[in-house]
Amino acid sequence: MLRPAARASGPTLIVTYLSLLVLLPIAAILSKSFQNGFGSFWTAVTQPEALAALKLTLICSLLVAAFNSVAGLVIAWVLVRDEFPGKRVVSAVVDLPFALPTIVAGLTLLSLYGPNSPFGINVADARIGIVLALAFVTLPFSVRSVQPVLAELDRETEEAASSLGASSSVVLRRVILPSVAPAMLAGAGLAFARAIGEFGSVVLISGNLPFKTEVASSWIYSLSQSDQLSAAAAVSTVLILIALIVLGAIGLVRRRFNVGEAV
Amino acid sequence: MKHSPERRTHSKWRLVAAGILPVSLVLGALLPASASASGGSVSIVAYSTPKPAYTVLIKAFNATKAGAGVSFSPSFGASGSQATAVVSGLPADVVNFSLTPDMDKLVKAGIVSSSWDKGPTAGMVTNSIVSFVVRKGNPKNIKTWADLVKSNVKIITPNPFSSGSAKWNLMAGYGAQLALGKTKAQATAYLTQLLSHTAAQPSSASNALQTFLGGEGDVLLAYEDDALYAQRQGEPITIVTPPQTILIQNPIAVTTKSTNASSAKAFVAYLLSPAGQKVWGQQGYRPVLPQVAAQFKFPTPKKVFTIASLGGWTKVNTAFFTPSTGIVAKIEQGLGVSTASG
Amino acid sequence: MKSRWRLPLRTVALGYLALLVVVPVGSVFYRAFQHGFTAAWDAVTTPEAVHALWLTLLVVLIAVPLNTVFGVGVSLILARHRFRGAWLLDAFVDLPLAVSPVVVGLALVLVYGKTGWFGNWLAGHGIQIIFSFPGIVMASATVALPYVVREVLPVLQEIGTDQEQAATTLGASSFTAFRRITLPSIRRSLAYGVTLTTARVLGEFGAVVVVSGAIAGRTQTMTLFIQDSIDNLNPVGAYAGAVILAIIALVVLTVLGGDREGRKAKWRSPSDQSPSDSETLSPSTTSVLMSPMDH
Repeated sequence: MLRPAARASGPTLIVTYLSLLVLLPIAAILSKSFQNGFGSFWTAVTQPEALAALKLTLICSLLVAAFNSVAGLVIAWVLVRDEFPGKRVVSAVVDLPFALPTIVAGLTLLSLYGPNSPFGINVADARIGIVLALAFVTLPFSVRSVQPVLAELDRETEEAASSLGASSSVVLRRVILPSVAPAMLAGAGLAFARAIGEFGSVVLISGNLPFKTEVASSWIYSLSQSDQLSAAAAVSTVLILIALIVLGAIGLVRRRFNVGEAV
Repeated sequence: MKHSPERRTHSKWRLVAAGILPVSLVLGALLPASASASGGSVSIVAYSTPKPAYTVLIKAFNATKAGAGVSFSPSFGASGSQATAVVSGLPADVVNFSLTPDMDKLVKAGIVSSSWDKGPTAGMVTNSIVSFVVRKGNPKNIKTWADLVKSNVKIITPNPFSSGSAKWNLMAGYGAQLALGKTKAQATAYLTQLLSHTAAQPSSASNALQTFLGGEGDVLLAYEDDALYAQRQGEPITIVTPPQTILIQNPIAVTTKSTNASSAKAFVAYLLSPAGQKVWGQQGYRPVLPQVAAQFKFPTPKKVFTIASLGGWTKVNTAFFTPSTGIVAKIEQGLGVSTASG
Repeated sequence: MKSRWRLPLRTVALGYLALLVVVPVGSVFYRAFQHGFTAAWDAVTTPEAVHALWLTLLVVLIAVPLNTVFGVGVSLILARHRFRGAWLLDAFVDLPLAVSPVVVGLALVLVYGKTGWFGNWLAGHGIQIIFSFPGIVMASATVALPYVVREVLPVLQEIGTDQEQAATTLGASSFTAFRRITLPSIRRSLAYGVTLTTARVLGEFGAVVVVSGAIAGRTQTMTLFIQDSIDNLNPVGAYAGAVILAIIALVVLTVLGGDREGRKAKWRSPSDQSPSDSETLSPSTTSVLMSPMDH
């Protein structure tokens, strides 16, 4: 797709960029985590507090990724297929969780849904608070991953199906969902990956209580502040591995869905 | 006709793409260049709390003969992170941390001379104490360390593994028990009670203050100077000085790699001078010079002990705050295993 | 599918958005202007704040285009070619997300810092990355790496290569085919990708605080300034700063995306219920595009 000369250097440049920004730093993390041997890596990863934090993080992140996929689909649907005054504003608002620094997000969520909540909703110091904060920061993925695909959808098949008598749920299940499922999965994968690494917006509303509401990234931060960089890297490595597995699995499933894709 | 919107958007994109480089260059040129002042530039790397104090101090120093024409580039952040940054190469002429172990990191890396604490103030520039911050009017009547562990009291303290401030807080509680005549075992048991009463353990002192101001908990353990600053900013709090507390000592030093040692040394000398110490006092820090401290009416607890009386930071850090094997880590694990609901 | 579900769906979607996004963002705006517009203005026009804003904008102007080009390139590679390890490339692009931002920063220091892997080499060539502008750009680009890919790739996969192949068979160069056929069809998703990337770069804190050294007036970005304001109990400064970031993100979205939706509306004929990008292409390629997809 590029001119012959560019074709050769294009991928090279891309791989170089990826190396400088991702591969080398991740290699550095891996290297640091095994700095003192596999034994100390294992100890760092199986410490009670590390395990508790990892478990909490994984459960909350999976919940949020799954829940926000559905929410994202609904919101994307409304943005693409529905018309109402102020739709442009609503669409613009969807990306804002990203633009807000995580500390501001954290403070705001604490003030709105914590002890001083004007709505009487207090989810601070509880796991549900973590889920709320994670849902906030990952929503843009869930919506924007599905939205372009939904917008490009060929309506003819849908219309043909319903004109032939298929009910809404059949049309949804057999025509629409298969088309957007890959994108939903992609969005869920991104949401999951972001959620397991998220720190700033979660740490205030969660209360950060060890073994109860302390997420993995907070424990990693504590380790790095206590001069235990190798242990911090070790726990980070675990998160990276989990993300790789989840993202790889999602990629595989998406490839199955896209079996007929034109390549 | 069908192609015109495409053409229009194409040229729009081209314009955008073409415009990026020159705009970046212009913006880059507009960024203020580092000042080239006659006295040179001094980079300060400090913990986050004293920023307002330094704003005043730098201005006052510039007004003196020794400080005329010296420009400053200050960096403020979490004490531990700042120390790590300096070790990783962050340029620093003057370093000021919230507790000694962060300075030790720099000594170990050869960035600060090992005789940094041999001066007349033992290397310290300011003092403070651990105080209780409660809701305005002290509705739960919290006065002593024993009150903290009453059944209806919830405590906010930062996480001791990510915050130096939290370490001071916990050692204040521990030392207070010893000062009351308890044994070490009893003091450790007190720490267990203290930690089981925490409603939140935010990752930093700043987050802890925000959490408390956000409505969590009944009492926040904090540096007195932090609390005084919050009060000056109009926050609805009351500061309670516990009858026994620890003396917080904040170290300062000029680095060996300083590129402007003379101005740096002059600045530190100013900070330690009666004039400089007076400014610190006005900012809520207890001066290290006794004659200046006497000019201010800081509360005087019955018993103020130092970390030295508890063994010094190196011993205390190892014994209490080593993640997963330290005394505090073991307490957290014990509490976690019993209260974590899977 | 139409009228029966329309209202309930809209209610659920808007309700969720309201509680989760609109109310918190609205709260940020409210707190910024709580004490009046002048107070907010004063808080963000101090020399420190202005410098932080310039620095942030500069970082965006460099990191976002870089990530965009990278993103489109990777998407083209992944959509057009099958090769072993494609899944790995795919996953690596997303990986920075899974790493806590502080660790991203620490990792960059480990590689490019004074005592890092390339420390000596960089020092020898007089290049300062960590605690300097390039480091901030790198950290920002890293944490925002996947967004363009994730937006563009699914659309490329959905659309397929038929049209480009047709075009190149007819004599168009690869680049022209890309520019006139591929690019228009990914325009919307690309716009979203760029907006998400921009927003992410604007809001990044953890990695930048480690990599920048937070030197006021030199390497302090807007998010660092905001954190600083919070530390110093200056909430107006913090929230006003956040409002500025939000406005920049909104401007980017409007310029890139909203504009597109407006033009689309103009071209929609009264009877047409489902506008799509195909309307801006020539009829011959349109029919190729609308050929049945294998689901």
